[in-house]
Amino acid sequence: MTATPAIDGWFTTGPEPALLGSRCTTCETVYFPPAAGFCRNPACAGEEFAETELSRRGSVWSYTDAQYQPPAPYISGTDPYRPFALAAVELPEGLVVLGQVAEGYGVADLRVGAEVELVVETLHDELSIWRWKPVVEMGEEADQ
Amino acid sequence: MSGSRRVGSVAVAGVGMHPWGKWGRSFIEYGVHAARAALADSGIDWRDVDLIVGGETVRNGYAGYVAGATFAQALGWNGAKVATSYAACATGAQALDTARARILAGMSEVALVVGSDTTPKGFLAPNAGERWDDPDWLRFRLLGMTNPAYFALYARRRMDLYGATAEDFAQVKVKNAKHGLANPNARYRKEVSVEDVLTSAVVSDPLHLLDICATSDGAAAVVLCSTEYAARHGIDNPVRIDAISTVTPTFPQTVIDMPLLSTESTNAVAAPERTFKESIGQAAYEEAGIDPADVSLAEVYDLSTALELDWMEDLQLCKRGEAEALLRAGDTTIGGRIPVNPSGGLACFGEAVPAQALAQVCEVIWQLRGQATGRQVEGARVGITANQGLFGHGSSVVLSR
Repeated sequence: MTATPAIDGWFTTGPEPALLGSRCTTCETVYFPPAAGFCRNPACAGEEFAETELSRRGSVWSYTDAQYQPPAPYISGTDPYRPFALAAVELPEGLVVLGQVAEGYGVADLRVGAEVELVVETLHDELSIWRWKPVVEMGEEADQ
Repeated sequence: MSGSRRVGSVAVAGVGMHPWGKWGRSFIEYGVHAARAALADSGIDWRDVDLIVGGETVRNGYAGYVAGATFAQALGWNGAKVATSYAACATGAQALDTARARILAGMSEVALVVGSDTTPKGFLAPNAGERWDDPDWLRFRLLGMTNPAYFALYARRRMDLYGATAEDFAQVKVKNAKHGLANPNARYRKEVSVEDVLTSAVVSDPLHLLDICATSDGAAAVVLCSTEYAARHGIDNPVRIDAISTVTPTFPQTVIDMPLLSTESTNAVAAPERTFKESIGQAAYEEAGIDPADVSLAEVYDLSTALELDWMEDLQLCKRGEAEALLRAGDTTIGGRIPVNPSGGLACFGEAVPAQALAQVCEVIWQLRGQATGRQVEGARVGITANQGLFGHGSSVVLSR
């Protein structure tokens, strides 16, 4: 993966990519996208955060797709536009994170509660983005 | 935090609208039309109004940012105090709450509240320019996450968790289309079949084009006064506003919400007892001192067909997962046990953002007065509205007569 992340400091690349959250050093609340400056827990006056990698696997909270090209500032990575799926994924850290679904997968490959894994793929041009890829266990593939 | 308590009621002196549509004219023109209709309905002279509150529209330039003053000038400066509110889709309700608060505090006797909008075609998109710290910009840039995609996440969850079907969602549209047929302010007045919905294009699976509300031009206005003023001026048996809930979420906000890319984590602080949408309705019930069972009808924010079903549960009109059963039984149709969206809802109106929460209130007022010709809920005594917008805004208004 030679592409540059489409946004700085939100995810790592490499063979086992992960979202980069931040953890309030006072109350331990985890945030993604990374928080800075002040903790949003109303009972916490914390102002310092430590970078923390979020779990690479989570379960699908819900999912959909974009059958029409979204308006700007979205930039399509393909011409003509190719629809893509989207998933909201619940992570063990107790939060739900949206993402596009990995290339080659659509809503038919997803269900609420299914396990997905974080991957990094090309968003457009030379820019990369995190995506959710369905985890297909050995033996399941033949059933589908 | 418990901010809800009985605060007393204010009286509705008059209501008015400019019909929803795509008229291609200025929001000021629509707003003045609605305001004059509401004033005429109230029998109160504009020069006797001591407060005007405008719902801000972000798409109409400077005049839209200062909507209160814009309408005041257009109606003719009368020296009234002025305020302008912005709360995304809940803008109209927040404007109404500002007027109510001033009246209850004795700082105003008669107030005019106006919301009006001119909207663009197609998907609502963020303002132009690169803004890497703006979640509303980032969700489009990084994910291509449109508003209908959020609606679709909620819809899909109903299907996978409660067994809702695409036919159920279509049936909401069929019902609302029927409700709105005779509503002179509705933009779409045409019967729709389940097949029409299911054969319309899929926008964001599982939602079809006809499951998703359009954006419209339109305006709504309400004249409020103190109950003493109403009695003094012979406004007989007015509809009363008993509650306006404009609560914000409680940390951690655990339901993914426009325009955010994530929820807040429950790793350090447990999820609150109620979701944000549940808390909006609960605060309204508590402030009005009523139970969900007291409600005769509800106007809820059906940005999508499936969202109407979510709202029924959020407002405790039925238990979680049971909304489809009520729909299928005809309970939410006019003539049923608890009619939902007798106006036709956003399905028939399309959304005119700063006017929409006020439009919901206007419909409840007409229903409680027995003036909802062709769509009247017989014997309606208590009505509730519910709506939610971006950035932690939402509203619920309880009215009674």
